[in-house]
Amino acid sequence: MKTLLSLTLNGRPRDDAVPDNMLLVDYLREVVRLTGTKIGCDGGECGCCTVLVDDRPRHACLTLAAAVQGRRVETIESLERNGRMSAIQRGFHEKLGAQCGFCTPGMVMAAEGLLRENPDPDIPAIRRGLAANICRCTGYVKIIEAVQAAAKENAA
Amino acid sequence: MNESAPPKPGDIAPVRSIGVRTPMVDGPEKVTGRARFSADFVEGEALVGRILRSPVAHAEIARIDTAAAEAMPGVLAVVTGADFRDTFGVLPIAMNEWPVARGRVRYRGEPVAAVAAVDVATAQAALDAIVVEYDELPAYFTAEDARAPDAVQLHESRPGNLERHVDYEIGDVDGGFATADLVRERSYHCAEVCQVQTEPHAAIADYDAERDRLTVRPSTQVPFYVHLMLERTLGMPRSRIRVAKPHVGGGFGCRTETLNVELIAGALARKAKGTVRIVVSREETFITHRGRPEQTVRLRIGMRRDGRIVAVDCETVQRGGGYSSYGVVTILYSGSMLFALYDLEAVRYNGYRVLTNTPPCGAFRGHGTVNVRFAFESLIDEMAAELGLDPFAMRRANLLSAPTFSANDLMINSYGLPECLDIVERESGWTARKGKTGKLRGLGVACSHYVSGASKPVHWTGEPHATIHIKLDFDGCLTILTGAPEIGQGSSTILTQCVAEVLGIDPGRCRIIASDSAITPKDNGAYSSRVTFMVGNAAIDAATNLKTMLVEAAARKLEVAPEDVECLGEVYRAGTQDEGLSFDEVVMAALEGTGTITAKGNFDTIPESWGGKKYRGAAIGGSMAFSYAAQVVEVEIDPDTAEIHVVKVWVAHDCGRALNPLTVEGQIEGSVWMGMGQALTEETRYHNGLGITGNMLDYRVPTIVESPPIEAHIVESIDPHGPFGAKEAGEASLAGFIPAVASAVADALGVRVRELPITPDRLMEILEKRDRGASRPAAAEADA
Repeated sequence: MKTLLSLTLNGRPRDDAVPDNMLLVDYLREVVRLTGTKIGCDGGECGCCTVLVDDRPRHACLTLAAAVQGRRVETIESLERNGRMSAIQRGFHEKLGAQCGFCTPGMVMAAEGLLRENPDPDIPAIRRGLAANICRCTGYVKIIEAVQAAAKENAA
Repeated sequence: MNESAPPKPGDIAPVRSIGVRTPMVDGPEKVTGRARFSADFVEGEALVGRILRSPVAHAEIARIDTAAAEAMPGVLAVVTGADFRDTFGVLPIAMNEWPVARGRVRYRGEPVAAVAAVDVATAQAALDAIVVEYDELPAYFTAEDARAPDAVQLHESRPGNLERHVDYEIGDVDGGFATADLVRERSYHCAEVCQVQTEPHAAIADYDAERDRLTVRPSTQVPFYVHLMLERTLGMPRSRIRVAKPHVGGGFGCRTETLNVELIAGALARKAKGTVRIVVSREETFITHRGRPEQTVRLRIGMRRDGRIVAVDCETVQRGGGYSSYGVVTILYSGSMLFALYDLEAVRYNGYRVLTNTPPCGAFRGHGTVNVRFAFESLIDEMAAELGLDPFAMRRANLLSAPTFSANDLMINSYGLPECLDIVERESGWTARKGKTGKLRGLGVACSHYVSGASKPVHWTGEPHATIHIKLDFDGCLTILTGAPEIGQGSSTILTQCVAEVLGIDPGRCRIIASDSAITPKDNGAYSSRVTFMVGNAAIDAATNLKTMLVEAAARKLEVAPEDVECLGEVYRAGTQDEGLSFDEVVMAALEGTGTITAKGNFDTIPESWGGKKYRGAAIGGSMAFSYAAQVVEVEIDPDTAEIHVVKVWVAHDCGRALNPLTVEGQIEGSVWMGMGQALTEETRYHNGLGITGNMLDYRVPTIVESPPIEAHIVESIDPHGPFGAKEAGEASLAGFIPAVASAVADALGVRVRELPITPDRLMEILEKRDRGASRPAAAEADA
């Protein structure tokens, strides 16, 4: 069975017929071909697939595509504005919050969601906000610095 | 800097790149989602590749029938072991693994067939339609069981299921023990751990049937070895194969050898005459394994009253898994890297690498050195306490003095360990705080080290260790071509910095293309922390050669001798009053008569670094330079749950010249943290060979919540052979964390834990045992 899915994806309205059992992450990657959103595990373990649904971080691998009917979905591809990286992307780049870069799209989207909810998070709040995202390269030290730098840039 | 505005001669100077905190050259791709990994090549007509895996751990394959699967609509190819021409592996003497099992399976989850189909559902249905009958054999899940006298051999050529027994004695060990004031022997047990890089293994293979050409994009650290193994297992001429490495989501060693995933993708693509994408699951990534083996270490050390270590006797056993992989190298590293950290004269080593019916182990960050270092640092710490010595003072009594050769002939020209110790002692407030941190708090210290590239390559061909090309054309852009695989460690950034530094140019003038056999020079790969040292040196050589060409071209244009030309990076001039030539003018002068320039640079190791010949396999450990690290770990322990909370880590790492302090810090922090995972939570477990921790919840990788602040200090003992004096930065700091945290726990609780990981369960058990046995003499596990 298929559903006609209407959503706003990265600011643009879209309609696609999607199988009822299709995961949001497969819809994004295989149907829309936005491959910035990654799959790092077999379901809900790593956070690499984190996207924003109505501004809130969601695991796209635990969400059915049909469940975002009428919702606003944002992926890593949406953050650049006028050819400039967003504050959180700049933070991850300049502070070395990304090494191999595989967890980065999910990590960045989780951090973006956190900053929308709490523009000035302290370190415990950053830890809570990114608790569902595994990074295997950085030891998270520079990820915390990246989020702090972004919060500062947003406040400036 | 603004490239369009011509600089004034007076204020122009070469741009410095080395030592500058430089974000990664490929960072923007990674933070915007544009970076493409193997799974991201979502091609229009790509087929889905899926692997059928053995449900048994050890068996002869009695029958395999793929007829029904092959007949299914939408199935384009089915392969079994019969579709491969040869075995693969790491060492030429140990290539005993088929990409898809042939004849026998040796671990649960080993591939027995694979299919390429139009979609996932069809591929899965095809796997379900394949019939395999197994004649089961006794299976061995521990090294001990596999070594039993009546055990069935896993491999015909490995009697006693022993992959390798390494056995040597250097110096007078018994004589050394005779002069010791204290001799202690302890046993340590380290659980098997897995890299768990965030990207599951994946490969996309495209076969052009018209021209018999195969292109593979694997998630690998060694694209060139993959190329060789595709040639060998598929029986294709190497000239018809192209291996192009996309972005790679980490490796940490599990991708330093060819994996069956990329070979199967190649075979399926060729058989299906199309494009096949295999993205294996996280569970399958755990099954493919190549992590650090389960290892026991029995260690006996003799120490004098002043803390000097006078004799070492080490016996260690590794559970290697079903195939050889890096096994021989790992067991050799465990011995050779006992040396080169401290001044040891008398060492006896017995290492046993055992074949078992579990997924093959491989090379994990700190290859071979980590578990032995845990044992060694733990024991000397314990002995120092018994002798009433401060752990720092005891370690200082055993320092080397560079330049020197270790007793097993490892070449050491730079040695920043004394400074590393000074820094972490000072920064952690050790002297004032040790023993005064409170009842459930403790401090521990440990040291560790690692090679800067294995001086002898696995495949000895007579070629240089590293080759770099720099292409320079009319546009004034330098395109650096390197085979060195960028896997997130920042090698492309480091190589760009090396080239820019030599020429004094803005690194923004450079582009870098890494690891595509159709374009870039060959490179052995990203392993043994070789890239910065070896490929960095090759980059300096290439840039120096290019600079010579540019200076000569400028000299011709300015009508002066080359030695009178001053290179200021963006300006070449013949005297301080001379307006000089812009970089673009020099480039055009250099192209006159020759056209596009390719400057080439090489690097080779020197024979003195090859590790001597005192025993068979002594080359393993040989390196051009060693990095050093010391760290202090502070813990706080929850009295109710026995949970260890790491409060803070102070680490100092001697990486020679820090070419890029930002990425060096990233490497140190990542290493320390990965050591924490192994020390406290990580463990692969099996039930009758079935992996029961094949996900990131049961296999506990630390999250950001429990990850501590890490204060990283860089020590720059300039190495005479290193690129600008640089050495390894990405591995040495891992091993030290584990004994440091064990010593911190001992400081906090008075119990010495000799089993990894130190989970709350294990620690609670040890504490309960201690409390029960409080009236009896000290129990073996609780006598710190």
